[in-house]
Amino acid sequence: MHELGVVFHIMDSVEKVAAENQVQGINKVILELGEVSTVIDSYLQNCWKWAAEKRELFKEAELVVLKLPAITYCENCGQTYPTVEYGKICPHCQSPDTWLMQGNEFNIKEIEVY
Amino acid sequence: MADVRILEIKQSVFADNDRQAQGLRRELKEKGVFLLNIMSSPGSGKTTTLMRTIEAIGGKVKIGVMEADIDSDVDARTIARSGAKVIQLHTGGMCHLDAAMTRQGLEGLETGDVELAILENVGNLVCPAEFDTGAAKNAMILSVPEGDDKPLKYPLMFSVCDVVLINKIDVLPYFDFDMEKCTEYIHKRNPEAKVIPICAKNGEGIDKWADWLLKQREIWVKET
Repeated sequence: MHELGVVFHIMDSVEKVAAENQVQGINKVILELGEVSTVIDSYLQNCWKWAAEKRELFKEAELVVLKLPAITYCENCGQTYPTVEYGKICPHCQSPDTWLMQGNEFNIKEIEVY
Repeated sequence: MADVRILEIKQSVFADNDRQAQGLRRELKEKGVFLLNIMSSPGSGKTTTLMRTIEAIGGKVKIGVMEADIDSDVDARTIARSGAKVIQLHTGGMCHLDAAMTRQGLEGLETGDVELAILENVGNLVCPAEFDTGAAKNAMILSVPEGDDKPLKYPLMFSVCDVVLINKIDVLPYFDFDMEKCTEYIHKRNPEAKVIPICAKNGEGIDKWADWLLKQREIWVKET
């Protein structure tokens, strides 16, 4: 639900970096998005298109989203497993004593500029 | 076209907001304005709880309220009846407030003499949890009809809260709401969270909550 607000935050951050690096224009903005972050890729793309038209620096900029799989670690048996498939309970030993190792990331990785 | 370059950024999308929130927190500390951010779902009783809270604090500290909504000023009008200083913030469709919007709100509120600023965030359990507003403390209201499983469904919200008010306890007999289980779920996500059952409608538990809040402010004032 908050993809548009998030897009504004990304653009603000990228604009700062662009100003520091004498950037003329941006070709690509590359994000890393965890599988269980609260952001939905397709909504993000739609909001991006809408907002990019309104900002000179982003007129040509494509948004590239790299997905990171969600992985949970089990404190009890020390093994990892895919979060989306098994949730909170470890499929190896049935322990609920688990935590998310990777999957809620939402990072600006890099930008391609000229 | 000039040469294409790659600039590595490697920062969280929320990093910039986090920095702004830290800055705001420092400034508010210098000014002596204790900012409380209240979050919850729509209809959990934020505004009614706030009315009771203002009444219970009864002038012990000077209060200013910021009501954030997508549209309308119904909440601000209600709060204005309590005599507290209040402004309505419109988020223009956005589902949360970030640090920059909170700063604007505080400027609008003119915090000169305010000792306790209360931000009533947009009713939503997802987005407000991700955007640090710069508040000294975060409170969350969960009402009985919403169910005791909410800490499992919205883990981030419960993990960023310093206090969870469980509201509408007067209707407990009519719902399958297990207070013990709910508290256990909250503490699983956030062992430090204080849980206070209240009923904003009849005032039950409000004194306990108001005492907790004033105490937190006292501790905060003494912190260096």
